[in-house]
Amino acid sequence: MSLIRLEPRGQASKAMVYATPLLAVALTLLSGFILFLLLGFDPVKALHAFFIDPVSSKRGIGELIVKATPLVLCAVGLAIGFRANVWNIGAEGQLTMGAIAGGGLALAFYGEGGWWLLPLMVIGGAAGGMAWAAIPAYLRIRFNASEILTSLMLTYVALLALNYLVHGPYRDPDGFAFPESRLFEADAVMPILWSGTRVHLGTAFALFAVAAGWVLIARTFIGFQIKVIGLTPAAAGYAGFDQKRIIWLSLLLSGGLAGIAGMGEIAGPIGQITPSVSPGYGFTAIIVAFLGRLHPVGILLAALLMALSFIGGEAAQIAMGLPKAITGVFQGMLLFFLLACDVLIRYRVRIGARRAVA
Amino acid sequence: MSAEFALVGPILAAMFAAATPLLFAALGEAVTEKSGVLNLGVEGMMLMGAVCGFAITVKTGSAPLGLLIAAGAGAAMGALFGVLTLLLLANQVATGLALTLFGVGLSALVGQGFVGIPLEGLPKLHIPVLSDLPVVGQAVFGQDLLVYLGIAAVPLVHLFLYRTRAGLVLRAVGENHHAAHALGYKVIRIRFLAVMFGGAMSGLGGAFLSMDYTPMWAENITAGRGWIALALVVFATWKPVRVMLGAWLFGGVTIAQLHVQGFGIDIPSQILSMLPYLATVLVLVLISRDVARIRLNAPACLGKLFHPDS
Repeated sequence: MSLIRLEPRGQASKAMVYATPLLAVALTLLSGFILFLLLGFDPVKALHAFFIDPVSSKRGIGELIVKATPLVLCAVGLAIGFRANVWNIGAEGQLTMGAIAGGGLALAFYGEGGWWLLPLMVIGGAAGGMAWAAIPAYLRIRFNASEILTSLMLTYVALLALNYLVHGPYRDPDGFAFPESRLFEADAVMPILWSGTRVHLGTAFALFAVAAGWVLIARTFIGFQIKVIGLTPAAAGYAGFDQKRIIWLSLLLSGGLAGIAGMGEIAGPIGQITPSVSPGYGFTAIIVAFLGRLHPVGILLAALLMALSFIGGEAAQIAMGLPKAITGVFQGMLLFFLLACDVLIRYRVRIGARRAVA
Repeated sequence: MSAEFALVGPILAAMFAAATPLLFAALGEAVTEKSGVLNLGVEGMMLMGAVCGFAITVKTGSAPLGLLIAAGAGAAMGALFGVLTLLLLANQVATGLALTLFGVGLSALVGQGFVGIPLEGLPKLHIPVLSDLPVVGQAVFGQDLLVYLGIAAVPLVHLFLYRTRAGLVLRAVGENHHAAHALGYKVIRIRFLAVMFGGAMSGLGGAFLSMDYTPMWAENITAGRGWIALALVVFATWKPVRVMLGAWLFGGVTIAQLHVQGFGIDIPSQILSMLPYLATVLVLVLISRDVARIRLNAPACLGKLFHPDS
């Protein structure tokens, strides 16, 4: 008999639900310390450059919010799906489609825009993301095809489509064949919310998504259905809950939010359409959703932390020549530690031999 | 012989080569899934195999050692997945995603000093007379050793799963872990070994890409092949021989996409590059629509967590 074993708790531990994300962050920092040591950097200096320096100025905090915005938008939608066991992992593709659709409108009305252009682009971005997410939803419901694989395959297709467009139809006619669109006109650019930074209207959308997501999950019958389907699909079946409707709802919702996130990137910090709209926000949002306990408010906090890992990676690259790939390593480690620590929610760790059962 | 016909040989050869990384990864994942574990981290394991195999070969000059380390790196990633899902009972879908995200980042970190270094590639088999045969010579008798190894693994995995006692136990664990546990089989140990085997095979598949197919290291060199391999396992309804046929099919799509451009058909390269991904979706739809068939063939405990007390 092994010395360390897991004993099921009668009831999931509420305290551990909130404690494990903090524990995971602490373990990630500890591992980062060791990793920097192994790579031959001064770990204290490196961690400081990674996690403290980037946010010790107004501009830095603004950048943190700018990067957290698409993460929140994507993760709130994903979390609703994950709660119902709908595994949309193609948010990156839906984000890209939002950028393609919203950006296409900006280019189509180039030189003849007005106040109506930006709202139109938001609707277009949401529609683009929704359309891209509707494909896995339809294939899952009609043909039973795994939405995990189809949504991911469509991400590659969307990225290739974006690449084609910026090399072809979307390319700036006066841009010397650079694979970039024209710079958007003022009518097609997100207004800045906090002067002196790049924080834009998209952040307001993200905060609205958090509030609306919370209401949906905690205060509506649909939220209740999602919970039941996720926890015990059989019970949901007996209760007559329509699983198909929940699949449609969660994929369209997450696709639409991801689409708005992508549109917000090109109409916000980027200001034009480029071959790379996102440094992987759609994938990182998966980590954000789990780290935030699939809860909108938790997601808000988790998104800020993961945004820090993006700007920290960039800052450490410039300041210390650290490889940028460290961001991905940190993000992966964090999710590992979180998943590992989550065992404490449902099990107690017992050390010593098993006691005789009376 | 006409010019078009002369192309058949090289096209066939390229198809078998393009299929090899998928074949390795999908065979390994088929064994993993047969034991009841769904590991979505294939892409991450392939990338770690690709970068470790490449780095060791560059550093030591020994390709066999590189392949060994690649398999070891894949197996280590598999073991990491095993610790999380089998010992700490983490959700398999989420852990698999984490393994891929982690593998993408770590492989880029390990490989950053190796970008742009050329490698010679693995030696090709050359059998006098046979390898020089027209059309089929190069395709059938002139490939790299790994291509043959991948094909040889198909009957071996099949025989193991369906003709040995160990294979029977592995499948029993995948079908009903509580019954297997009650019979005294070590469910967790068996699954751990299956996951590590899957990792080692993915590592080899990735190493074939970086050490031979390309041959060079670049970030994200696998470009979604790990996910295509996962789809192949479903497409093959978990049967090794069908995994091979599926891998050849996808190898064919990949090569067709390259050759269409060669024939001067005016389609943007990005649109053609979408083909393997779209083909994966199509194939997945065609196979999944038969719900009864999937249910009949899928291991009944696939993706379910096992705790001996519950």
